[in-house]
Amino acid sequence: MKYIDEFRDGALARKLAADIAREVQPERHYGLMEFCGGHTHAVYRYGVQNLLPANVNLIHGPGCPVCVLPIGRLDYAVQLARTPGVILCTYGDMLRVPGSGGMSLLKAKAGGADIRMIYSSADALKIAQNYPDREVVFFAIGFETTTPPTAVAILQAEALGLKNFSVISNHVLTPAAISAIMSSGEARVDGVIGPAHVSTVIGSQPYEPFATQYHLPVVIAGFEPLDVMQAILMLVRQLNTGRAEVENEFTRAVSREGNLKAQRLVAEVFEVREEFEWRGLGVVPHSGLAIRSRFAAFDAEKRFRLTYRQVADNPACECSAIIRGVKKPLDCKLFGGVCTPENPIGSCMVSSEGACAAYYSYGRYKEDVV
Amino acid sequence: MAKIRRRYIRSLDLEQGRVDMTHGSGGRAMAQMIEELFLDAFDNEFLRQLNDQASFSIPAGRMVMATDSHVVTPLFFPGGDIGSLAVHGTINDVTMSGAKPLYLSAGFILEEGFPLADLKRIVDSMAAASREAGVPIVTGDTKVVERGKADGVFINTTGIGIVPEGIHISGERAQPGDRILLSGFMGDHGVAVMSQRENLTFSSAILSDSAALHGLVASMVAAVPEIHCLRDPTRGGVATTLNELARQSGVGMLIQETSLPVREAVSATCEFLGLDPLYVANEGKLVAICPAASAERLLETMKNHPLGRDAAIIGEVVADSHAFVQMETSFGGKRIVDWLSGEQLPRIC
Repeated sequence: MKYIDEFRDGALARKLAADIAREVQPERHYGLMEFCGGHTHAVYRYGVQNLLPANVNLIHGPGCPVCVLPIGRLDYAVQLARTPGVILCTYGDMLRVPGSGGMSLLKAKAGGADIRMIYSSADALKIAQNYPDREVVFFAIGFETTTPPTAVAILQAEALGLKNFSVISNHVLTPAAISAIMSSGEARVDGVIGPAHVSTVIGSQPYEPFATQYHLPVVIAGFEPLDVMQAILMLVRQLNTGRAEVENEFTRAVSREGNLKAQRLVAEVFEVREEFEWRGLGVVPHSGLAIRSRFAAFDAEKRFRLTYRQVADNPACECSAIIRGVKKPLDCKLFGGVCTPENPIGSCMVSSEGACAAYYSYGRYKEDVV
Repeated sequence: MAKIRRRYIRSLDLEQGRVDMTHGSGGRAMAQMIEELFLDAFDNEFLRQLNDQASFSIPAGRMVMATDSHVVTPLFFPGGDIGSLAVHGTINDVTMSGAKPLYLSAGFILEEGFPLADLKRIVDSMAAASREAGVPIVTGDTKVVERGKADGVFINTTGIGIVPEGIHISGERAQPGDRILLSGFMGDHGVAVMSQRENLTFSSAILSDSAALHGLVASMVAAVPEIHCLRDPTRGGVATTLNELARQSGVGMLIQETSLPVREAVSATCEFLGLDPLYVANEGKLVAICPAASAERLLETMKNHPLGRDAAIIGEVVADSHAFVQMETSFGGKRIVDWLSGEQLPRIC
């Protein structure tokens, strides 16, 4: 595949691996957080960790939209899906996430709820047009990448005069999550591999405060394995020379300003919430987006008068520590035994971007290392 | 035997008509549908006897039997339909023992309201597939269920076949050192079907690879009778088949990503949808495992057959008590190719 294979080239990977091995200082420890699930997925799928020296340690961050969604929000989805007359639309990854009492959307669907897996927000609009007698609710999740399409769907629904379409916004903000992790000081993060797709929208500028405030090197990288390797090399060089800058490895798609048109659309439809609950990070101020009151008719939270109820995670589940980068999947007692992709207890085991699922599928089973 | 004379005043309306409950009631409407639709299309000496069972003599030797129910959505897809799939699928299941398939049965579950024109198309396609394969449908059954209780049409087919003398092909026979071969490009069927699903509007030129593999297998077992395992990687794709064989045989497998045959359009589609072609369904491919010494000979034989033209040696069997399937990635790393968990769902970011 042209424009893809070039970024998965084995010979270049070996060369980069040799460069990294030559440049790392043996006495030093490099704790690098890849923020995005997309990076986590690439790291496991291509076996990137195998190509790194032992003192370069990748810490998996919270950038997996499914993983950071708290149980209370998922319960919203289940509750709405079971409301007579409602068609609930959401992205595929959401279906298997367990909510309260182990109930997932997939199980609610088996129990008769009308839940549609969609590929884009436009599909949800189409369903709303096709079923004028039903209430079509789009359970929107994701970071800044998936927010502009949700904004467009709401604007189009308004333009079309749709009366049966609404959205639950679970959209969250990347910089707020990085702030939460850095200010907690729990995880030893020496540098961050910055988001690929998110940064195409928001640009590289929003990361600049991290470099100055926390003296944290950030390298924005694409989701291909060579991107990740190159970013690691760039972070190693920054750390070796004591620099803390925002560098952009993903120049083929990311600019400093980002996509201004997308940003305008988001600003038109959404406003920043005072606070939002994250799985793993708890309640984080100014970290989520709500639909502006001008579009209240399309806001399912208002339309269906949903009241948020916080639900605690399974106490043995380490998802929250894993999302914060404090623990690894193998540190969890449930990993691979009680909690598997077939029967996930925590959200990290659901999405292929979740650290546990990626580790389970592409890495080693627990018994192997005990 | 002379063809049965039509006894019905009006023949079935195969253009506008629809399946209704009387077509499953056991009465005249059902008899008419069987005669005008199924018997006409599948016509052979066994069906012409009009018995509830087919009667035939069997040759001496080891017989195999396989059954498969087909519930594909959509019913018609680029490169095939549920009818041809129902014939190919069961022939292939029989054939993966090394057997020569002999006879098929077909059971239809029809949903009330299903257009007779579509049914005719499906039945004709089944008949053509069966004729082309030289494996007749010798007995059948039809049931009609109320609207909403099925999805148009479900088809079950059962097949029997006979295994040639000296052939012992079975999923538990893979041994460390054996080579793993794949008969051609992965994922064509899955991508062809996905491209037609209502919520996935993308156009692709990919056709389903749906095909009966008994001709290919016959030439393979003739050239390399010592083949250890054969399996068609249908649902769950090549990854699932390798995991099944690894577990059955109690061995590990190591495959090379660079050796895996995938069409560019399939890998691009999978890339776009966040899927892995290793887990995408095939309907006209097989995985073969044979001793290393025979691998090149088997590969040559496969490549000389039209359905094995793009065959490749994709890896080898290794000793591993965990029965892991691992892959050396083209990137130079190594990873586990795990069982598929649940359905393959597209990723969000």
